[in-house]
Amino acid sequence: MNIYILLKQVPGTSDVKMDEETGTMIRTDRRNVINPLDENALAEAIRLKRALSDVEVTAISMGPPHAQRALREAIALGADKAILLSHKGFGGSDTLATSKALAKALLTSVNGRLGKNDLILCGERATDGETGQVGPMVAAILDIPVITFVRKITLEDYLLTAERVVEEGLELIKTPLPALVTVIKDINQPEFPTLAGKLNAKSREIPIFSPDDLGISNNEVGLRGSPTRVVKIFKPKLSRDVIMHQQDSSGAAVDNLISFLEKRGAI
Amino acid sequence: MYKGVMVIGEQRGGKLHPVTYELLARGRVLADKLSEELSCVILGYGMEQFAEEIIQRGADIVYIVDNPTLKNFLPLLYTRVLTKLTQEVKPGIVLAAATTQGRTIMPLVAAKLDTGLTADCTELDIDLKDKSLLQTRPAIGGNVMATIKTPVSRPQMATVRPKSTKPLPVNKGKEGKVILKDYETNLFSTCEEFLGFIKDTTQDVNVQDADIVVSGGKGLKTRDGFCMIEDLASLINAAVGATRDAVDLGWIEYPHQIGLSGKTVSPKLYIAIGLSGSVQHLAGMQTSETIVAINKDKDAQIFKVADYGIVGDLFEIVPELIEKLKNKKEGKDSLQKRSEIYDKV
Ligand SMILES: Cc1cc2nc3c(=O)[nH]c(=O)nc-3n(C[C@H](O)[C@H](O)[C@H](O)COP(=O)(O)OP(=O)(O)OC[C@H]3O[C@@H](n4cnc5c(N)ncnc54)[C@H](O)[C@@H]3O)c2cc1C
Ligand SMILES: Cc1cc2nc3c(=O)[nH]c(=O)nc-3n(C[C@H](O)[C@H](O)[C@H](O)COP(=O)(O)OP(=O)(O)OC[C@H]3O[C@@H](n4cnc5c(N)ncnc54)[C@H](O)[C@@H]3O)c2cc1C
Repeated sequence: MNIYILLKQVPGTSDVKMDEETGTMIRTDRRNVINPLDENALAEAIRLKRALSDVEVTAISMGPPHAQRALREAIALGADKAILLSHKGFGGSDTLATSKALAKALLTSVNGRLGKNDLILCGERATDGETGQVGPMVAAILDIPVITFVRKITLEDYLLTAERVVEEGLELIKTPLPALVTVIKDINQPEFPTLAGKLNAKSREIPIFSPDDLGISNNEVGLRGSPTRVVKIFKPKLSRDVIMHQQDSSGAAVDNLISFLEKRGAI
Repeated sequence: MYKGVMVIGEQRGGKLHPVTYELLARGRVLADKLSEELSCVILGYGMEQFAEEIIQRGADIVYIVDNPTLKNFLPLLYTRVLTKLTQEVKPGIVLAAATTQGRTIMPLVAAKLDTGLTADCTELDIDLKDKSLLQTRPAIGGNVMATIKTPVSRPQMATVRPKSTKPLPVNKGKEGKVILKDYETNLFSTCEEFLGFIKDTTQDVNVQDADIVVSGGKGLKTRDGFCMIEDLASLINAAVGATRDAVDLGWIEYPHQIGLSGKTVSPKLYIAIGLSGSVQHLAGMQTSETIVAINKDKDAQIFKVADYGIVGDLFEIVPELIEKLKNKKEGKDSLQKRSEIYDKV
């Protein structure tokens, strides 16, 4: 069976700052990393590969050419293969356009087709766009079952059972393959790459695909293929008009707080 | 051709979840601005009983698909039914809650309908120039807000962050239509199987549903110190929140963690005690309606998002606050008792 990881390269967290004048993002540090939850997805694939026989793990990413680095890292972490969808035609894709490209890659370009026992793993969401929409959308386009927010996967006779974490507890859902699963942090603890893995990754070519190579028209991907448009980006108004009090022995700070809260109807 | 606002109601275990009323409040504003109708869809089993309140909370039309197979949320099945219904009704706008259910079903349906979807919106409005939906959402750990439009494709779809708006009060006089939808049986067959639900008792705290959250950070110093947070919370009927540092120190379990790698909350009142207000913590609470901060460092970042701040030692302030709130409560209780006695007399 094939296990596919959809893997996104994201800016290293907390180094994103906003230029308040222009409303654009400043990357103080150009360090990019594998989306943390995609590392969990990859680690889960490796775990399943060890437990089952005859599993091949393939990482697929769409992004700028330097996303090859993230894919090399995936190979160092144990993926057998990796491919990158990269071309200016993909630029500006929203989640639907991204999902169409990834679905097409799964259907055609990796192994020629999606096998009847294949499994696709995604992160529940990426740390930059944070929509969590790409996994389910890919599944809808492929017309296969999807289980989201998963913290445990069991595979038996090509039937997949998953524990899905919801607001009030856990749901247990069973579905046949092929299927897509989006994972959360609790699913495992990713390992570090081994030296052998790193060496192996170094020499590997990462094949790059354009929309043409995938047989997708330019109208389906990139900005033109994206039904949504970001019309404005701004920094959230953080500061409120704070009322400040210095605590002292008079007890006024606390008294005023209580009447402030009562006035607002907060308590 | 595409007209009206449709909200996808949410049921859990056969009960209508109150987040549905928040969606109705959102939908009502948009429908009124467009002078169009607001509809609400409920998928489930035995759900007809909730139709009346859905109308009284703002809907003009309620579509109910009632089938035993819809008792539990199964993504493929729900997608098939909702896609079909949406294609029939052709709403201009479709909203669902940004819950685990909504965040799963909406991308599935949007992809089937080949239209755009905006995630986890905290603000929705109508651009009166072209009557399109303005969808505003936080991204990148709360560092950025983006306003998004779906210029051409229809419907315009969005998930809405729970607790980002208040439900409308019940309007007993409001009238509306209830439409029971039925489809041929093969629409309801699926390869997915729901094996069961296990309630997580640690989630009983459900910080996301609470009106008030009292949160503590590393400034509490010890587990004993952190008990003050719990005391204050229980006094004012609040849920307990914490920073990652407090969780890592073992003062409280992970389900209470607020922030980027924990929960996002948006209560009426958030009281932040002995926590600095890191970007990651703010990402989980800065949309709270009222924020109170208590910290000894007057330059702490948390004061930048607060409405009311007290600079000082929390080990003096919090006990004083607890004491004064207790007195108030007792005062109220005895006043209440006295007036009850007077009533009897
Ligand atoms: C501020 C901002 C707000 C945005 N809001 C929206 C919006 O509301 N709606 C919308 O349609 N688009 C939106 N976008 C565009 C969206 O972020 C991109 O389309 C992005 O490529 C995918 O979305 P995501 O980061 O939300 O991924 P998610 O859907 O959160 O990612 C989930 C998983 O899908 C897989 N995945 C995602 N992207 C890739 C990829 N490129 N390659 C391989 N695997 C991948 C990974 O497994 C990942 O863990 C927004 C962009 C920005 C900058
Ligand atoms: C990827 C990533 C994800 C993260 N996710 C989260 C998350 O989800 N949630 C989260 O909270 N953090 C998260 N963090 C951690 C975050 O960066 C901070 O380290 C953390 O929030 C700090 O916790 P704190 O405010 O309790 O501690 P500190 O920053 O140490 O603050 C303690 C505060 O207590 C005050 N204080 C001390 N003594 C007293 C006193 N006697 N009286 C009054 N005030 C006092 C101090 O002035 C100080 O401001 C994340 C970090 C990363 C890198």
